[in-house]
Amino acid sequence: MESKKHVLWKLFVSTLYLSAFTFGGGYVIVTLLKKKFVDELHWLEDDEMLDLIAIAQSSPGVIAVNGAIVIGLKLAGFAGALVAILGTVIPPFTIMSVISLFYQAFKDNWVISELLNGMQAGVGAVIASVVFEMAGGVLTEKDPLSVIVLVASFVAACFFGINVIYIILVCIAVGLARAFLQNRKKTKE
Amino acid sequence: MIYIQLFLSYLQIGLFSFGGGYASLALIQGQVVDKHGWLAADEFTDLITISQMTPGPVAINSATFVGQKIAGFGGALAATVGCLLPSCIIVTILAKLYLKYRQMNTLTVVLHTLRPTVVAMIAFAGITILITAFWGSKAMMTFSNTDWSMVVIFAVCVFLLMKVKANPILVMVLAGVTKLAVSVIEKIIL
Repeated sequence: MESKKHVLWKLFVSTLYLSAFTFGGGYVIVTLLKKKFVDELHWLEDDEMLDLIAIAQSSPGVIAVNGAIVIGLKLAGFAGALVAILGTVIPPFTIMSVISLFYQAFKDNWVISELLNGMQAGVGAVIASVVFEMAGGVLTEKDPLSVIVLVASFVAACFFGINVIYIILVCIAVGLARAFLQNRKKTKE
Repeated sequence: MIYIQLFLSYLQIGLFSFGGGYASLALIQGQVVDKHGWLAADEFTDLITISQMTPGPVAINSATFVGQKIAGFGGALAATVGCLLPSCIIVTILAKLYLKYRQMNTLTVVLHTLRPTVVAMIAFAGITILITAFWGSKAMMTFSNTDWSMVVIFAVCVFLLMKVKANPILVMVLAGVTKLAVSVIEKIIL
């Protein structure tokens, strides 16, 4: 294995580069990170990494950062995780800081404000297509509990204005109860 | 004081956003628009638009943007660190547990139960964004208040994304340019 300094530097540069030039969200970045460190550099084994990436994708928070953390941890411990987080966060932090400084001036420009207005309909459409696809996936499972959770969460948030955090907490509790019951069934058998 | 508030708000966003960027929108909106009023509804939608057009995760983008707007560089830093802290701790613990016990059954079941909720949260955020898009800041959601050009643009965009599988960034640019063209024509005629 390479010297630790070299590994840390390579980790920082790779995460920085991927974060600065990857559009399309966390899942895409995590896939590219895996490609880089598992398939290209062979610094990590495949099987274990796949499970760790699954953990990163299913933990709360920013998926790109979670992915960077597990890869950094495996490569170089806490120092690796820290370096990978910094590499992932610096590009969006810099870009958005600059944009926020110019936002008001942009917004007062009629042409840009109309462009942004129209893009609102575009963003709405992007989100709608994501919802249709994901909801389709949930419905094809034909699991009644999933459908109930979907409808109940939506009604609670949209019509009763219940705080999203409470809805998620209740669902985690339901999930834990479900896992507990399944595990008990298995041990009985 | 404002630094602590930004930090705590984004700590909650980081802690409860399961399932990636779109799923965090409802949480961000709850904190930033509804609870603290740091952004107006149309500013929030602009932020999401800008986030889609630039690289980087929505949660970090919004933390930096809101923090910078409310309290400058220190605010951006406080919000971003708050957003990252929970996942740093949770991912590290889960990864260590996994490497020790090699078992992730409970996690898989909990996540499976959470998935429909994630879909519902994304739908909720999408509807709020569409209300801003179709009715703007107008108080009443009536037929005559509706911006019908936006409704048509939205419908065409959904078609392009779902049936033609067009690139989302391209679709959004197209939506913006179309709206600009409509507004220019309206200005000339009226």
